[in-house]
Order: sequence, then C-alpha cells, then structure tokens
Amino acid sequence: MLGNWHQLWVIASNPDNVPVVALIVLVPFFTWFGLRQAKANDRLIEKLEKDPELARTHHRKTQPYHASWQKEVHVWPYLLRIELLAAIVVTVILLVWALTVNAPLEELANATITMNPAKAPWYFLGLQEMLEYFDPWIAGVLMPTFIILGLMAIPFIDENPLGNGYYTYKQRRFAIWTFLAGFEGMWLVLTLIGTFIRGPGFMWFWPTQTWDPDRVEFLTTRNLDQMFGVNGKWLAHILPASQQPYAELWAKGLFGIIPVGLYMVLAAWIFYKIITSTPFSRKIFSRMSLLQFVVMELLLVVMLSLPITFFMRHLLRIKYVWETPWFNL
Amino acid sequence: MAEENRAKGQAGLAGEDDGRIHDLKDWVRVKYHEQVEELKQPEDTQLYKAFFRVGRIDEPRNRALHTLNNLFLHIHPTKVNRDAVRYSYTWGMGGISFYLFLVLFFTGVMLMFYYHPSEIQAYRDILDIQNSVPFGMQLRNIHRWAAHLMIIAVWLHMFRVFLTGSYKRPRQFNWCIGVMLLVFTMLLSFTGYLLPDDQLGFWAVTVGTNMARATPLLGHEGPFGPQLGMTAYNDVRFALLGGSIVGSNALLRAYIWHCIALPAMISIFFGVHFWRVRKDGGISGPSPVMLESEMHE
Repeated sequence: MLGNWHQLWVIASNPDNVPVVALIVLVPFFTWFGLRQAKANDRLIEKLEKDPELARTHHRKTQPYHASWQKEVHVWPYLLRIELLAAIVVTVILLVWALTVNAPLEELANATITMNPAKAPWYFLGLQEMLEYFDPWIAGVLMPTFIILGLMAIPFIDENPLGNGYYTYKQRRFAIWTFLAGFEGMWLVLTLIGTFIRGPGFMWFWPTQTWDPDRVEFLTTRNLDQMFGVNGKWLAHILPASQQPYAELWAKGLFGIIPVGLYMVLAAWIFYKIITSTPFSRKIFSRMSLLQFVVMELLLVVMLSLPITFFMRHLLRIKYVWETPWFNL
Repeated sequence: MAEENRAKGQAGLAGEDDGRIHDLKDWVRVKYHEQVEELKQPEDTQLYKAFFRVGRIDEPRNRALHTLNNLFLHIHPTKVNRDAVRYSYTWGMGGISFYLFLVLFFTGVMLMFYYHPSEIQAYRDILDIQNSVPFGMQLRNIHRWAAHLMIIAVWLHMFRVFLTGSYKRPRQFNWCIGVMLLVFTMLLSFTGYLLPDDQLGFWAVTVGTNMARATPLLGHEGPFGPQLGMTAYNDVRFALLGGSIVGSNALLRAYIWHCIALPAMISIFFGVHFWRVRKDGGISGPSPVMLESEMHE
C-alpha cells in the first residue's frame, strides 16, 4: 500500500505543527521518566513495608544519601545556577528554532474565502475535535467548563494521603490511570487526530491518504431512536388530544432518557466497582464524604462519555441518543 | 592586604606631614598598588556592597542574605532541600514556563512598537516587521515559538505536579491557581493568534468564537438563549468580538486582551502562585515515602 507519504511530511513539517510533533516525543518521554522514578519508589516502599525495623531508620528516598550530608543546600548558588542553565538552554532552543523555522503568515484575512480546513490553533484542536461528537454548547462550553472545574476539583476529591511529594504508581493507581486517560488518552489523541487526520471539510483522512477537498462523504449517521423505530404512534394513543401532534417529539424525548440514564447508572456503577476493588482502595473510599463521591462520579461519567460517543459515532454510526426540542445528546 | 598596603604607603610618603605631597611619583605608585589589590576582591568594594547590600558571598550568612535581600531572588527561600534541586524530580517546567513568559513579555513589547491594531495597518505591519525591521522576522519567530513552548511547558509542569501528588494537602489551592494559569496561558496564545490579521488567525478565531454562539443562556444559538432574548447583536459572542463578525473591533479587543488585560491578570496569578509555593512549605519534595501501614484511617 503506497500512501501519500509526502503529504504526511508536509503536515508534520508545517511550522505551527512543530509543537504537536514535539509532544509526540516529549509526552512519552516524560511519562517514562516519571513512571521510572515511581517504580523505584515503589520498590523502596515494598522493602520498607516488609521490614518495619528498616522503615524506622531509613531516610526513605531513592536519591543518594549520606548521614553526614547536610539536608539543605543554599539557593545561591545551587539552585540559581540550575535556573541560569535552564534559561540558557531554553534560549538556545528558541534561537535555533527561530532561525530555522519562520512563523507562518497566510494571506490577508478575507471573510469571503474560507480556509479549508479551518482549524483552531493546535492546543485547541482537542476542543474542535469534540465539536464533531457533541453539539456546540456541550463541546464548546460545557466540556471546557467541566475540564477546568474538574481539574480544580482533583485535590478536593482525592482523599488518598499517600504519594504526596514523591513519584509512586502503586499507591495511586486509580488517580494516575485517570489522569493518563484524560491527558494522553483523550486530550492528546484528539489533538493528534485534529492535526494529522482531519483534512478539508474537517473530514476524516487516514494518515498518508491524500487530502482531497472535492471528496464527497457518504456518511450516514442515525439516531438511536431511529434504530428502535420510535415514531410516537404508540404514544399518541395515551396523550391528551392537545399534545397528539407532538407525539413524536414526546416519544423521542422520553425514549432518550432510557439510554442516557442507563449509561449514567452503569458507568457510575463500574467506577464504584473499580474504586472499591482492592482493600487499599476501599480504605480510601471509606475516607471520602458523600459530596466528594458524588462529584467524582459525575466527573468520571462525563469524562467517559467522550470515548463512548467517539466509538459509537465511528463504529456504530450513531449520532444522537437523546433528542429533545432544546438539546441533543 | 589593603590595610597592609595602606600602612606601607604611608611610610613611603615622605614629607606628607604638612598636608602637601612632595613626591607625586611615589604617591601614584603606592596608590596604584593599593587600587589593584582592592580590585582583586571586588566583593569588598563599596560599589559592590551598595549594589547588593551584603559583602563577600563566600560565607554562609552572606549567601543567605544575598537571596533574602534581593528583590528578584527573594521569591526563593535561602536554603532548599538538597534533593529538591534535582532535575529528575522537578523537570524544571514551572520555572521554564515563567522564563518563557518573560521572553514573551520582552519580545511582545518590542513587537508592539511596530504594530497598529487596525484592519488597515495590522497585516502591513507584520509584513513590515518581517521584511524591513532589523531582526524583525527573528523577533516574531521567537515570540511565536516561545508561546507554543510555554503551552507545552505548562502542560508538562501540570503533568509533573500530578505524578508527584503535589496538589495534595496543603497545596490544593495552589493547584487551582495553577489551573487558572493554564487557562490564561492558552487564552493569551489564542488572542495573539488573530493579531497578524491573516487567514490563519481569522478563521481560527471565527471557528473559536462561533462556539460562543452556542453558550447556554448567553448565546443566541445556545439552549434557552433565544428565550432569554439573545440575538447575534447582544449575546456573549457579540461581547467578545465587539460586533457580529470578526472585524476591526474584534482585532482591537483581541489586542487589548492580549497585551494588557490578560498579561495583567496572569501576572497577579503568578504572584499568588509563587507566594503560595513558599507559604505551603516550599516545593513538595522529593519527600520521604509514606507507607500504607502508617496511614490514619
């Protein structure tokens, strides 16, 4: 299969896409870098749990240690020289980058000629990609609000006192998996899709597939109620006469509550099962207040709805599961 | 040494007792040696002490005072945990974000000298910066790439803080401040995107602000917006753009947000962020590991 590799290079070498390409390298590197230290700490923790005598005397770090060493060092020069070094390195990177790649400048803004594809800057491509799966008020307003408030809520719902100030995986499995799923599994994946896969008309082009602006997509999506043949005929019999012209709206609106409600209950139940699956996680769970638990479940259920909707759209070609005159989910 | 020289010099200056200098050659020679000796230890000079308020740095007390007595360094503690200066733990991303902000501030001010936020001038000014202003292209490049790099640095900083659990007690509030800084960083970058007034920025901002139409209650296409009397001429998108289309007013608004309002806001949040780092006990670690068996129920 000989694809359009040249186009892939053109996308990857687009000046404004350099950060995305950098992220492909940086994020896996730092994930490895952090988790490697987590593993080292986990080994130490295991050793100390087994040997309480050692735990009493051990300095409890994986960093080099000697009893005669001073615990603290002067900021001048030990910290400041590192800061200076970091500033110099960053400056050199910036200078080389600025000398080799020019900032893009397109034609003068023109409201009559639409850019195709019209893309948001790379750091907002995650949001733009979400627009494909949710209505604008959800993808553009509700979800960002949930992301910001959800991030802010993290310290207040994470009742696990362990892993404060050191890398660890074993003591914070659920927290780390949730963050990796959100940051890397969703946000970055959506950004990559927005960069490399969305072509003209924001259509889906596999990498190396030529971006053809004239491509016509025969994308048939359907709504869940159509699959179940909900048309309101049955409901019309029991509605009062004044509401009978609206029987279909009523039927669809009422029908949609079922899958959405089922999803929320099921997802919440699965998360409950996960966070009470081990003796340790049950300990954390018992520390949580009702409010903390409810907020956490809400955030997790909303978060999981994104990949669920993603797969429903791409694999089952389902657009909406709940239609009402005011909003569609 | 200087004292010694001074004594020697006085002895060598014969006939000085009446206040006049008889042997000028001798006097210059002695003073010259005195001066050279003094300059060998610049930290002992009056000028140095006046500048830094403390003398020789090579003693523990003065090292501490050096950090403490300096406006720019006093955000640091005088001493830190010996492991906390390790790159492997901190990744240095918070500091790098702030450094990039300073770079952006500096290059941004330079760009402002050449830029008019009006539809007639803006695009031409960019062409001018690129083609006529000395090092203008490099200036613009550094500003743009530093902006991208800052977003990456902020994301990675947040990633590190999460992996080390540094948002936990007592640093919960500072994490929230950090989330606000993340939002401000991305908004700063986004408002700057429109300023060249080219197709790229125009359509990105058109797409971006079109979402505002759909704001629940406040957008004219959002749920319950029309019911509350929202139209294209009074809703939240109109407020953002200063009009119903991305035009001259939108350019001016983006400019003011980008160059004045957002930098001012982010600076205040920076201050609170750094201040809270200190108040919450300095950077979080690497702290000694805690065992499950030591957890309070």
